[in-house]
Amino acid sequence: MSLIDLANPTRFLALSARVLPWLAAATIILLTIGLYQSAYAPDDYQQGATVKIMFIHVPNAWLSMFVWGVMSVASLGTLVWRHPLADVAAKAAAPIGASFTFLALLTGSLWGRPMWGTYWEWDARLTSVLILFLMYLGLMALWRAVEDPSRAARAAAVLTLVGALNLPIIKFSVDWWNTLHQPASVMRMGGSSLDKAFLIPLLVMAVAFTLLFITLHLAAMRNEILRRRVRSLQMMQAGQKAA
Amino acid sequence: MMSLGPYASFIAASYAAVAIVVAILIGWIIVDYRNQTQRLRELDRSGVTRRSGRSAVDTP
Repeated sequence: MSLIDLANPTRFLALSARVLPWLAAATIILLTIGLYQSAYAPDDYQQGATVKIMFIHVPNAWLSMFVWGVMSVASLGTLVWRHPLADVAAKAAAPIGASFTFLALLTGSLWGRPMWGTYWEWDARLTSVLILFLMYLGLMALWRAVEDPSRAARAAAVLTLVGALNLPIIKFSVDWWNTLHQPASVMRMGGSSLDKAFLIPLLVMAVAFTLLFITLHLAAMRNEILRRRVRSLQMMQAGQKAA
Repeated sequence: MMSLGPYASFIAASYAAVAIVVAILIGWIIVDYRNQTQRLRELDRSGVTRRSGRSAVDTP
């Protein structure tokens, strides 16, 4: 079976129905391990126990950008190949990405208050992530506002690709500008600067949250396919009544 | 017993917020699935079939 065959909505529904229980189980197992490791990770010599916020803040921050990246690839699928599943994938990912971005901002704020003495600072990293959150909301509003699904898909795809320019700004904001937010400590040149006692639980949580996203995304895509099926059947029904 | 130090409320609030938002996401997806399958069942009962001739509720 080729990748194109799998991208058929009906085949996607069949395949995702088989995969979803396994993905959900793997997510639960990995989240349990990650939470256990996070709970028993040692205190940081400077931050004390607040370092535990890192184990949920960083995965949410990573996913806030990763989900937009997934939506950008899907948007290319909409604009270049006009594939029906591409817009489904992008539309289903948006509320999930918005939730992860909201959590990155909220947990960052709750971490910032004890460490920086403030919940919020208009520095480059925080502001660019806030812009990302607002773009997610704007995109969701656009899908709702445009009634014709194909027009909505194209407009959302263009906006998503334009919004992708914000991703490198978020990533490198801590290098390009003098920010209150610390520079990268996991994915950086020369390897991670984190001790293994923190790095291992953080990586486990990052993989667990990524699996959580994949699980939620597949389930939300299934719902979106069904919603479109309902819409087309309702239009057929209205056409039959009119005829 | 794990000690969270003087900033325990910030740590607990962070984890609680993540748990609540993830629970809302899961709940929203489950409710949405039920709504869509319910609508498909109603359409099927009213006699509408897909272009392929399959039943509206034929969902893997």
